[in-house]
Amino acid sequence: MDAALIPPGVQRCDFKKFAIWIGFVLLLLLWGLYGTALCLIKGLNQTHMNNYYGFALWIFLDLGVIALGAGAFFTGFLRYIIGIDKLKNIINIAVIIGWCCYGGALLILAIDVGQVLRAWHVFWYPNVHSMLTEVSFCISCYFMVLCVEYFPLILENPQLDKNRFLRILSHNFHEYMFIFAALGTFLSFFHQGSLGGTFGVLFTRPFAYRTGFFIWPWTFFLFILSAIASGPALTLLVTWFMQKVTRRKLVTYDVLELMGKIAGTLLCVYIVFKLLDTWYWATHVLPSKGMTLMDCYKGWFGSYGLWLLVAELGIFGVVPAIILVTPKLRKKEFWLILGALFDCIGVSINRFVMVLQSSAVPTYPFDKWPSYMPSWQEWATFGMVVAIALLVISLSYRYLPLFPQEKELNAN
Amino acid sequence: MGYEHKEERSHAEKYVMVIDIDKCTGCGACVVACAQENNIPVRTDETDKYLSLNWLVIYRVTNGEPFPKTKVVYVPRPCMHCDDPICVHVCPANATDKDAKGIVSQIYPRCFGCRYCMAACPYHARVFNWYDPTYPKGTERGFNPDVSTRMRGVVEKCSFCNHRYQRARDKAIAEGRVVLEDGEYIPACAEACPTNAIYFGNVKDPESKVSQILKKEKPYVFRLLEHYGSKPSVYYISRQPWVRERLDWMLEQEHKQYNKKS
Repeated sequence: MDAALIPPGVQRCDFKKFAIWIGFVLLLLLWGLYGTALCLIKGLNQTHMNNYYGFALWIFLDLGVIALGAGAFFTGFLRYIIGIDKLKNIINIAVIIGWCCYGGALLILAIDVGQVLRAWHVFWYPNVHSMLTEVSFCISCYFMVLCVEYFPLILENPQLDKNRFLRILSHNFHEYMFIFAALGTFLSFFHQGSLGGTFGVLFTRPFAYRTGFFIWPWTFFLFILSAIASGPALTLLVTWFMQKVTRRKLVTYDVLELMGKIAGTLLCVYIVFKLLDTWYWATHVLPSKGMTLMDCYKGWFGSYGLWLLVAELGIFGVVPAIILVTPKLRKKEFWLILGALFDCIGVSINRFVMVLQSSAVPTYPFDKWPSYMPSWQEWATFGMVVAIALLVISLSYRYLPLFPQEKELNAN
Repeated sequence: MGYEHKEERSHAEKYVMVIDIDKCTGCGACVVACAQENNIPVRTDETDKYLSLNWLVIYRVTNGEPFPKTKVVYVPRPCMHCDDPICVHVCPANATDKDAKGIVSQIYPRCFGCRYCMAACPYHARVFNWYDPTYPKGTERGFNPDVSTRMRGVVEKCSFCNHRYQRARDKAIAEGRVVLEDGEYIPACAEACPTNAIYFGNVKDPESKVSQILKKEKPYVFRLLEHYGSKPSVYYISRQPWVRERLDWMLEQEHKQYNKKS
């Protein structure tokens, strides 16, 4: 039915199967849209946020997906600026994942503010000292860059490619893509960094506060490092998962392995600095505020327990770093995927504690640990973002030549 | 260990609040006066205090000892109007500012409700309008015309009743004066306190009541979350050493010092 839209030389499942899958995704999208509509119409009282949890699930997810979506800019940087040619085989999906992550984050941010129609105030009355201003400018600009990077991919659809003007336009976009890759790298570096800075500058929230270099707290650099260490890992995971779902070879194993190597090397660097940062924070920063490490954790186990720190730095930090930098382990698919998965989980825990634990740690010695469980509307809104990502990836995979190696790898 | 106020601005006025915890009975008159003065909305269901709109709250703090050794104090907590206000630094839209007389303001029509200031403020002095403002029937007639009501989706906070300052200043200018006299401008909470536990005034005037109290009670004066570094403009007084220890995080040497006193 839609054969004319499918790139030549590749096989796709029949339209009925695809339509059923898209139907499920649309159901999730509808649920999300309903939750979103409630939040927009009735207000943020539809969530379980409160005066202690001004930042909650949505901001955690924002930070999480932005870190995990860093594969787009970093793979682009390595491909177009550093010149690692092999990455051309995976750059397209990296861009699409990045587009979904950044677009989703923007969408959630728009719902998360109390007065959506005034969101432009951040651009009109910017406070140049606020990290959130930097975040807002960078995410908006970088999303535009991602759109520019995604656009020539769309033009490669066989029907659009028939048009001479669009074909030349697409070709020229590809020719000059290094400019957008450089611009995207610059913007995304600052974006990731300023997200880290958003929490690191809070000298009144000892859990998040970090000293730093010049105007930037250490979290500024740690967020960049952790993003470029986990972004390629998510790109690897998604590609591997797509191969399993479609039962087709999309990239050669050495490309996945290379992504794992990049993620692992950067994760090693990140973990070393993160361990140093945690040591300095626990032994110098917290005592200077009159607090101890255990004042910032609710015992060892349970919500906000010290196990989160052990999990973040140990099980999901040091362990994947070792797995991914060890060539022998990387060569085995199981370890490569496990390493990438643990890498993503570790960075997600980092974003979780920075957002939620920063709010939860009692600021007064006599205060209680507040509790928070997201409402279904908050989950639904997140579901909407997931649905949009699934929709975009599914449609792109079906109708665009995303993987240059696919034809060759599935020749039989 | 007392506190000496360091002048950080060149303006002739710098308003501070001094709260004598030992005098506070926790009656809540200040909270009610604040709510009425500032048109603070009231919902039918106020059971979840984390959603309530209060510019001033009272914490009940005990010494943690079982009966009969239990001791209790009540700690009124308005906005601290910090000299290094983290909320002002972080607000992305310049919707909050610190003026020359030391008051941290909030521009409601500019705030777009990102709540970064709430995530930053360690005093929980900032509250969010989760709901559309509602008032018990008939109370609209008692609205204060000098204070704007706030809309859903913005952050609000204590203003040290800034409108009262403007009113007092208008009067002073009409009378040919520039600087207000001591006591001419005080917030509703200080005015309503039946035990005179809340003092308010210009700390740059050495003759003002607050300057005198801060001088006289110097060994017993402290600020909340002192080591966080935001330099609050609200001072507390308590002559009971355990109170200071329960109310704030203390450095190791301070613990030793207070244990000796206890």
